[in-house]
Amino acid sequence: MAELLKAEKITKRFGGLVAVSEVDFTVAPGEIAAIIGPNGAGKTTLFNMISGVYKPSGGRLFLNGTEITGLGPEQIAPLGVSRTFQNVRLFKPLSALENVLVGMHTQLQSGLFSTFLHTHRQRDEERAAMREAVRLLDYMGLKQFANEAAGSLPYGAQRRLEIARALATQPKLLMLDEPKAGMNPKETDELKDIIRRLRDELKITILLIDHDMKMVMSLAERIAVLDFGTKIAEGTPDEIKRNPLVIEAYLGRGAAS
Amino acid sequence: MNWLSRLLHDPRRAPIFLIAYTVAASVLMYIFALNFETWFFVLLLTSLLFLHLGNANRWLKLGLAALVIAVVIPLTGQENGALLNVSIMICINIALALGLNVVVGFAGLLDLGYVAFFATGAYVYSIFASPQAPRFLPHLFENLPMGLPGDYFWLFLPVAVFAAAGAGIALGLPVLRLRGDYLAIVTLGFGEIVRILANNLDKPLNITNGPQGITPIAKPALFGISLGKPVHFYFIGLVLMLIAITLIRRVENSRIGRAWAAMREDDVAARAMGVPLVKMKLMAFATGAAFAGAMGMVFAVKQTFINPESFTFMESIAILAMVILGGLGSIPGAIIGAVTVTVLRMQVLTELANWLTQFHLPPALNLAKYQPLIFGLILIIMMRYRRHGLLPARRHFVDIDALTADSPEPAPTAPARGA
Repeated sequence: MAELLKAEKITKRFGGLVAVSEVDFTVAPGEIAAIIGPNGAGKTTLFNMISGVYKPSGGRLFLNGTEITGLGPEQIAPLGVSRTFQNVRLFKPLSALENVLVGMHTQLQSGLFSTFLHTHRQRDEERAAMREAVRLLDYMGLKQFANEAAGSLPYGAQRRLEIARALATQPKLLMLDEPKAGMNPKETDELKDIIRRLRDELKITILLIDHDMKMVMSLAERIAVLDFGTKIAEGTPDEIKRNPLVIEAYLGRGAAS
Repeated sequence: MNWLSRLLHDPRRAPIFLIAYTVAASVLMYIFALNFETWFFVLLLTSLLFLHLGNANRWLKLGLAALVIAVVIPLTGQENGALLNVSIMICINIALALGLNVVVGFAGLLDLGYVAFFATGAYVYSIFASPQAPRFLPHLFENLPMGLPGDYFWLFLPVAVFAAAGAGIALGLPVLRLRGDYLAIVTLGFGEIVRILANNLDKPLNITNGPQGITPIAKPALFGISLGKPVHFYFIGLVLMLIAITLIRRVENSRIGRAWAAMREDDVAARAMGVPLVKMKLMAFATGAAFAGAMGMVFAVKQTFINPESFTFMESIAILAMVILGGLGSIPGAIIGAVTVTVLRMQVLTELANWLTQFHLPPALNLAKYQPLIFGLILIIMMRYRRHGLLPARRHFVDIDALTADSPEPAPTAPARGA
């Protein structure tokens, strides 16, 4: 099986603190994979390394067989990795439509001079981009918010807009950092539907982080568990549920017995 | 002011009001060209603001605005040179405010040394189109003791634009990793470096003539016809200003403009969306600087004399005050800010100072010396009471229905894409 994403002994140290320690990890194309772990286990740090926000202190990262270790986020994004953030990071005063259009930055060609000259190509490209952005908003059920400032949307809509913006980069791998944080149960169910649709309809591989077991267990096909920066388990949801190390990490020593 | 806002929005009464007001202000302006000029001038400029805000046919508004800026101001300016001088400075300052607005308002990079690019443009032309170049390049300019003739003005426009853009990149490179206060300090330093360089580059090779400055600077000419009158400078400045407005409006709602806004709002998220920060920052610095470069040339030919004193830190602050007064990131804001600050500095303050002389106040109370105080007050009052400026930036509205209506294919439910 060819992996879409492969991490080899990936490590991140902040001074004396080892946030992520020699984690091996793969994501196969077309799967919904998840990384779980208690707070502070190093999940987001791992995400930040994959998306290029942090440079790994050690180890290597491969996307589709090409090494991406140490590349910056603006280099990794065009290769087909996109993400959302744990605390929503939209461009708040920009409209929802403009947020999605920013996501399309790397697919659009027009430079400064063609914009100044207002060439036919630039205008056509702009119109086509807007149509595509409206389509993405519609797909995420956000069309009615197209002209609203992103920061003024209801919270659940902001989360979905972040996914729409990430989709605009045409990712092969979409990484969702605690997508259900702050959502009510109804919104969480809708979100699960959306994530399944992204995979089934758009063939996008999903990698998500959460510390909430219930959500991950019902959605992910394969799960890796981090605790104190090391991978303590990996497997199907059923295997993870029964794994004594995982139970210990979540419930404390002695709970497994 | 409610009645005024209602009047301007009433589709029936607004056009009549706009026509009446503009014509009345124009007539008053022309009749009293030599008296009460400031207040009638303000009245005339207000008509442009009303035309911007008023609810009327677009062509009617453009026509009236064209009447004011292309007919009334130059005609009155024939009678009253001071007024034309202010109008030229307004054109220059609008383009400067728009350029700084690209850097500070669009891209969110605080630049306190913006006048350096203005100086670059002014010096690039002045050195070669004056007796200055023959002084340090005697062989090249053997037959041109007064430097290049004014026909070269047009050739030098792109040269000044690219020189200023280059200076913008030169400033941008070392500050790529800085933000906020640190960025402000380094840009401030850059502005001072350029001024001090101009002050000291009279030795070992006399390039800038130091504090004595450069004069006379060749007036622009076209096919041998001299365009050396203030009214010519006004039209050159006006055309360049209109070009600046057009270009910046185009870039505002484009891929580049959105990338700048994204970078300003959240650079981590912007990078994750594939926006290359280094390239975008340099592009913002270069674009903003380019407009200042072109306007530096207009300033130089208008003055026929430049020296480093024209490009002090105070000028950078004045341009920043224009941008903040009008509204960060807002194009109409930068324009109204530039007009207000320019008229305030050149007309209102000097007239008040003249009026105060009759009371025989001590020279320390001369109002002309209180400019920094005025800018400080403008910035404080705006930050306290109207943070988004006089004419705040508005979100670009896209008509979604119109956009999807003329779509070539019916919009499918799922975005079409490869696996």
